[in-house]
Amino acid sequence: MPEFEPITGRYFTMDVGGDPVRIYVEEAGAGIPLVCLHTAGSDGRQFRHLMTDPAVTDHYRVIAFDMPWHGKSNPPVGWEDREYQLTTDLYKATVLAFCDAMTLEDPVVMGCSMGGRIVLHLALDHPDRFKAVVALEGADRLEGYYDTEWLHRPDVHGGEVAAGFVSGQVAPQSPNEYRWETLWHYMQGGPGIFKGDLHFYWVDGHFDDRSGRIDTAKCPVYLLSGEYDSSCTPERTEATAARIKGSEATVMPGIGHFPMSENPALFREFALPVLDRIRQ
Amino acid sequence: MIETIKDRVNSDAGLVRRGRYVTLDFLVGVGEADYIFRIDQGRIESITPRTKAMVSGHFAIRAASDVWSEFWKPIPRRDFHDLFSMFAAGQAQIDGDVTPFMQNIRYFKDVLAAPRPVDKGEE
Repeated sequence: MPEFEPITGRYFTMDVGGDPVRIYVEEAGAGIPLVCLHTAGSDGRQFRHLMTDPAVTDHYRVIAFDMPWHGKSNPPVGWEDREYQLTTDLYKATVLAFCDAMTLEDPVVMGCSMGGRIVLHLALDHPDRFKAVVALEGADRLEGYYDTEWLHRPDVHGGEVAAGFVSGQVAPQSPNEYRWETLWHYMQGGPGIFKGDLHFYWVDGHFDDRSGRIDTAKCPVYLLSGEYDSSCTPERTEATAARIKGSEATVMPGIGHFPMSENPALFREFALPVLDRIRQ
Repeated sequence: MIETIKDRVNSDAGLVRRGRYVTLDFLVGVGEADYIFRIDQGRIESITPRTKAMVSGHFAIRAASDVWSEFWKPIPRRDFHDLFSMFAAGQAQIDGDVTPFMQNIRYFKDVLAAPRPVDKGEE
């Protein structure tokens, strides 16, 4: 027998925005449920290193699912005639439906990039549902810095251009093996999916006018952002933290926009203290 | 630095292969100095100072010379470490017909980063 990793993957079907969708989920470990949300245009494989780290899995049941239209989750039936566009409401509903379907009690939710944004929305609207939220590369307001029309058109390869855009979001110090694995996920995304996610990330998901209402006494908020992130910059992270009273923000030197997948060894140095605090 | 790009690109078989559908001229501005890059099927035929106003190439990428100097370091500072980060931070500009650039985005990014030491990112 090969030396299997401790990660197991399964499928189930849940209702998302009125559509039954076949969802792929991976998990490892036992303890407090830790739901992990991948970045725009990628999938749950980004969290594989957390799932094989006993310092995490001894205390947490780490669960990462692929959003509908992403990774090994299906798009809804009839997708061929739809334009995919993620909204704040649909994203919140998807995460809540997932937690309900899995019957998770008081989970921690950790998301990166668009996942880091939605966990802040969840802390605002559903503080009673989550033990804490961890926003990786998450801010309450961002400004887009390239034209997303380039991401889905017939004369440009969608996977190549998505990876070409985000390659600069990986820190130059990150190991080449993990830099290219992170970019491989982007090259594998479905047509127009990264663009549809960025609708939430850069257009629909801003809520800096309301983020100050998050009650961190009910739902603690932790922000971890990489120094080399060009979208959720250290400055935007710190501005978000200043609006969310009681939140704790850390800028991670030498890391970019994909901490858990681009440099897992360095990321755990910042993630473990936060996870330890949450469970104590 | 810019004169090292030709040999570095042409001696990198993988990079030339990725650019095999690229045959065009484009312009790189280093401060006040403009250079015309002539590409033939991924190989750089020439990099020459621009001499005539009407010679412009398909597109132009410009940044101040100290921005390029930082970009070409082994570990550049943030906002200087990648072309799109430089665009985002307002440190560089791209103009003209950018379609061939977007169609071959990794090729062009790697060509411009070629002066960087080759062991970048290794553990």
